[in-house]
Amino acid sequence: MTRISVKVDGTTYEDEVEPRLLLVHYLRDRLGLTGTPVGCDTSNCGACTVDLDGETVKSCSVLAVQADGSAVTTIQGLAQGGEWHPLQKAFHERHALQCGYCTPGMIMAARDLLRENPVPTPDEVRHALEGNLCRCTGYQNIVRAVLAASGQEVAS
Amino acid sequence: MTGATEREVGRARLRKEDARLVTGQTTWTDNIQVTGLLHLAILRSPMAHARVDRVDVSPALERPGVVAAFSGRDLAEGLGSLPCAWPVTEDIVLPDHPPLAVDEVRYAGDPVAVVVARDRYAAADALEAIEVDYTPLPPVLDLEASLAEDAPLVHADKGTNRCYVWPLATGEDYASVKERADVVLKRRYLQQRLIPNAMEPRAVVVTPLPASGEYTVYSATQIPHILRIMLAMVTGVPEHKLRVIAPDVGGGFGSKLQVYGEEAIALTVARRLGRPVKWTESRSEGYLATHHGRGMIQDVEIAATREGKLLGLKVDLLADMGAYLMLVTPGVPILGAFMYPGIYKMDAYDFTCTGVFTTRTPTDAYRGAGRPEATYAIERIMDELAVELDLDPVELRRRNWIRHEEFPYPSVAGLTYDSGNYEAATDKALALFGYDDLRAEQQKRNERGDTVRLGIGVSTYTEMCGLAPSRVLGDLRYGAGGWEAASIRMLPTGKVEVVTGTSPHGQGHVTSWSQIAADVLGVSFDDVEVVHGDTKAAPQGMDTYGSRSLVVGGAAVHQAAVKVVAKARKVAAHLLEASEDDLEFAGGVFSVKGSPEARTTIQEIALATFSSHDLPDGMEPTINAEHVMDPENFSYPHGTHLCAVEVDTETGRTTIRSYVCVDDVGRVVNPLIVEGQVHGGIAQGIAQALYEEAVYDDEGNLVSGTMADYLVPSAVDLPDFVTDRTETPATSNPLGAKGVGEAGTIAATPAVVNAIVDALRPLGVTEVAMPCTPGRVWQALKEASA
Repeated sequence: MTRISVKVDGTTYEDEVEPRLLLVHYLRDRLGLTGTPVGCDTSNCGACTVDLDGETVKSCSVLAVQADGSAVTTIQGLAQGGEWHPLQKAFHERHALQCGYCTPGMIMAARDLLRENPVPTPDEVRHALEGNLCRCTGYQNIVRAVLAASGQEVAS
Repeated sequence: MTGATEREVGRARLRKEDARLVTGQTTWTDNIQVTGLLHLAILRSPMAHARVDRVDVSPALERPGVVAAFSGRDLAEGLGSLPCAWPVTEDIVLPDHPPLAVDEVRYAGDPVAVVVARDRYAAADALEAIEVDYTPLPPVLDLEASLAEDAPLVHADKGTNRCYVWPLATGEDYASVKERADVVLKRRYLQQRLIPNAMEPRAVVVTPLPASGEYTVYSATQIPHILRIMLAMVTGVPEHKLRVIAPDVGGGFGSKLQVYGEEAIALTVARRLGRPVKWTESRSEGYLATHHGRGMIQDVEIAATREGKLLGLKVDLLADMGAYLMLVTPGVPILGAFMYPGIYKMDAYDFTCTGVFTTRTPTDAYRGAGRPEATYAIERIMDELAVELDLDPVELRRRNWIRHEEFPYPSVAGLTYDSGNYEAATDKALALFGYDDLRAEQQKRNERGDTVRLGIGVSTYTEMCGLAPSRVLGDLRYGAGGWEAASIRMLPTGKVEVVTGTSPHGQGHVTSWSQIAADVLGVSFDDVEVVHGDTKAAPQGMDTYGSRSLVVGGAAVHQAAVKVVAKARKVAAHLLEASEDDLEFAGGVFSVKGSPEARTTIQEIALATFSSHDLPDGMEPTINAEHVMDPENFSYPHGTHLCAVEVDTETGRTTIRSYVCVDDVGRVVNPLIVEGQVHGGIAQGIAQALYEEAVYDDEGNLVSGTMADYLVPSAVDLPDFVTDRTETPATSNPLGAKGVGEAGTIAATPAVVNAIVDALRPLGVTEVAMPCTPGRVWQALKEASA
């Protein structure tokens, strides 16, 4: 067992964990932060994407011990003062989700894109989200939502 | 609070479902935490086919955190065979299907033993301690070879790999019709196996109440109601002691229209131990253990006159059942049987499906279930016929499709298509697509000998959905009815609860059902809540699959609301001291004709009925109502999809340049949701055409066994779609809706493959097997030039 201290969505947690415990299972099973789901076991789907010290990571591919001393932001920490993040609003307004299972990871990945590239082209959005799979939407409305969240005019 | 003025039906309402989904406040089954929860892990066969000589779970019990472990033999008592609800013929071969294998394993992934431990890591670790001795048996993989006399058998006790033969011959005699044909074309098409890939892996949690023998089963399922009945039958837990909840479910596409062994195992283990258990599949485990879709060889023959008039169609299918018959495995090709003639008129139709056992993961419903396969076959061979007759593919279709004034039309396969307008949808699609300009460009480029070829693919489809008239299901030997239930509770504070038997997992029923109820009742959209997916809270239902929910379940909501209004009218007449006939009802307000000041709202009546102080004599004190809708006919969405591809003849790479569709799904409740369904459907149809295939090696191992080996398309693999609609209302339900869940998937696959073949035809290519990967395209080009 290894002692770790991780700040998740603004709250600091200290825990003893097995060195092999995945960050996503630490979030879900130990902290009860189930907003971040698991969609695969090969780091293909991106459903578990979170922010680790300003970088997006797939939390199924990071050990909890690697997050020791770090700050993690999940989908559950995005809304501020009861106000949704612009991407959360845009996903809702553009019907960019159906079952919603990929949505937390999709939003976290899109947030990273908009930090790096505040006014992306549709093609840049598609490439930035390549590591996040959605089975319901065919991606078109996700692309529209990300463009809308970046403040660009988007045909409905 | 009453007085919604704008009609809700037809409005692009943003979804009520989204709030918790975009903020991570979901209840996926794997999220459920219960005190003392134990985790299951399942040991699976590493071989496609083997005798199980010995299973020793005792070493697993020595591992830390392990509470129990069971072999198939240990659990055999009280754990029956998994059900097949659709024995399509009287003499179908129905093998025993133990949830945990006992004597023999019949596909790589067949469950062999189960470990119960304190956490998911301990459970997974302990699997490797279980000792199993196998004697390998020959795999059965080739659909044709497996039917030979001396072929090795999947189920030796059955003496054959032939599961069933299901014939349908309608219209005139095909052989005689064929004799008068000028042109007869025969083609073989392969429907590769697909892995559905709902983004949420399957999961099940069972919480027991040992003292009273009650069990709550949470499952990532499309079918909580059917699951409850079937689990009662498989495990012997009495139905009334079982509560099944489908919490938030992350997609299904047919893969969660199933009664899975793991659900029965979890219930049985929870019952044995008297403790709550959870099982969650990993994605790679799901690739083996969650049913697959498609998997057919289609031999198709079409007979026509020189002028391009279709005379007859003959279809012979070999359908891969996989190792066992699951819930509707044998019925999937039969759902397609009626759709091979598509939108066309012809004189004779001759269909036979032979179901075949193989040592592979069982197949079952995957988005479209039989109908994409049918549409693919007819739309591919129509293109081949157009070439043979030197006709434009759209023109050939035009000469044969049912004209709008001919509806209702008895199809050659015996269905009654109630409504449609193929001309309108096609004309609109052609205009949006710029068909003539693209053909002109294509000709120029072909003449130039471009290395990147332009191809144009046409797909005109119809489908039968809104499953289904119960009597028809009975005729087809399906084990249940096709009705759907809804009830409406008018709460004293003016709020409305709609209880539905459908079980959404991404379709937005909460939003759409709210719109339907709000319109009929004249209450505001926000005053309606929808209850679903819990056999205790929504006790009656037939669940969600086959594009049925709106057409049957939404229609049931509509009819229940009509009944509420009728009851409320009696109370209103009494309170307003008027006759019912003198009342008008609009926007949730009853008023007396001619004296509009005499008025009351339906929500005031809900309160008056709750208090019941002053109701009409003899009236039961409720305006709540329920309705069970059994449709008289299927519904028949249709449309025209057009795809333009650029195929690089040097690399074999296909790029979709434009994709246009015009669908007619009848009246639309929520255009935003409909558009989303079309997008997602097309994406899955394109995925079959270009990317996806469950690949097995010669030993029967699933080679494409992880998400890294099976190409679920990402955002860069798919284009933007141009979608539009025509609207010809269905006549079989009060909403006029036809269903939209499967339309895109049904239409898209042949549109894409027709486009690829069209691009390469000048180079001698007449067929590219799916998925049309760069390698396959390159190979086809190489063979054509040889």
